[in-house]
Amino acid sequence: MSETSAWVIFIAAIFTNNILLTNFLGMCSFIVCSGQIRTSLGLGTAVTFVMVTTTILNYVIYHLVLAPYGLVHLQFIVFIAVIAAFVQLVEMFVERFSPRLYFALGIFLPLITVNCAILGASLFMIIREYSFMQSIGFGLGAGIGWALAIILLAGLRQKMRYSNVPEPFRGVPIAMLITGVMAMTFMGFAGMVSIQ
Amino acid sequence: MAENKQSACVTCQPAGLCGGKGLLTLKDGAWRNNPLAIQVLGICSALAVTSRLENSLVMGAALIFVCVGSNLIVSLLRKRTPHRIRMIAEVAIIATFVIFFDQFLKAFYWDMSKQLGPYVGLIITNCIVMGRAEAFALQNPPIVSMVDGLANGIGYAVVLAIIGFFRELLGTGEIFGHQVLSSQWYTPNQLMILAPGAFFALGIVIGIFNALKGPEPQEKK
Repeated sequence: MSETSAWVIFIAAIFTNNILLTNFLGMCSFIVCSGQIRTSLGLGTAVTFVMVTTTILNYVIYHLVLAPYGLVHLQFIVFIAVIAAFVQLVEMFVERFSPRLYFALGIFLPLITVNCAILGASLFMIIREYSFMQSIGFGLGAGIGWALAIILLAGLRQKMRYSNVPEPFRGVPIAMLITGVMAMTFMGFAGMVSIQ
Repeated sequence: MAENKQSACVTCQPAGLCGGKGLLTLKDGAWRNNPLAIQVLGICSALAVTSRLENSLVMGAALIFVCVGSNLIVSLLRKRTPHRIRMIAEVAIIATFVIFFDQFLKAFYWDMSKQLGPYVGLIITNCIVMGRAEAFALQNPPIVSMVDGLANGIGYAVVLAIIGFFRELLGTGEIFGHQVLSSQWYTPNQLMILAPGAFFALGIVIGIFNALKGPEPQEKK
């Protein structure tokens, strides 16, 4: 695992090991917020940004604080606290210094704390024993992959409004089925690169 | 709550809040307001761990444990928790119970812990647990909250078991690792245990729940 270059992990995290389509993380906001392309673009950007930074932060905290002092079992509570605190900080910072960016991203930031993809990326990083550079590649790739998936689904759902879907399957169920087809399509990338 | 700004994009918690009104009975949590199939909360783990029935059952048990435990503690502390920091307090309580369960799995069922991977930890961000703590346990006495946690946990576990059953059956022809569908006439459909199968299975289950429940909830949208 340790020899894989960060670049390969980056590509793999977008296509072959898409965090949403193969690991099912971040489904809640994926289903609920994929109504419009604009909304999902904003959310995707915010998720990518927070994912990269919290992956780096959690890497540093895990390897410099938790592991040396034998506190590994506390990783869940520490990671989620880091994510929540960081999101809060970014929100205050952006609101103060860039009102335009705040309006673009601002309302999505609180949603991100409860997005399991963010916590999941940190946990995968620990389980797969990535190095520092690999973690950056993974965080960035996973974020972009997630954004790509939600934007694609938003585009498809906008088209779906004109289709005649059976009554009980309107809304969430049909979005799930579309996602299934998308996941199948992404399996076509499988031969390109592979990480476990 | 300041979520009118987010109307374009409803979070998990408001969805939980809407479902939490009125008197919740066991039946309500487990069937009529099934957190997974009707309110569509906490679907990440529902998709990820259901490739085998055994995993689904363990995950269901984990969620019941965490949901009951966190509802109890949140409810006990509800008068002492300052309103402003209640979210972080809830997360801390939930994370504590998740750590209990994770350590238990690691100590006694190492293989299972390996298979579930990060998804045990991800119960923390499972909207069902958070939603119930926020919507129900904060306003209700401990015993009722525990029943509510139990009901929602069961509702989640049942749907998980249904999906896990069909995915394992169709994907490998086995149940709990025992051959059920003879390989002479049934070719296992590998797709069912891969990612797309999870999406198809959950989509169909939610569709069927909607169909059984009747068209009434669609009126709101």
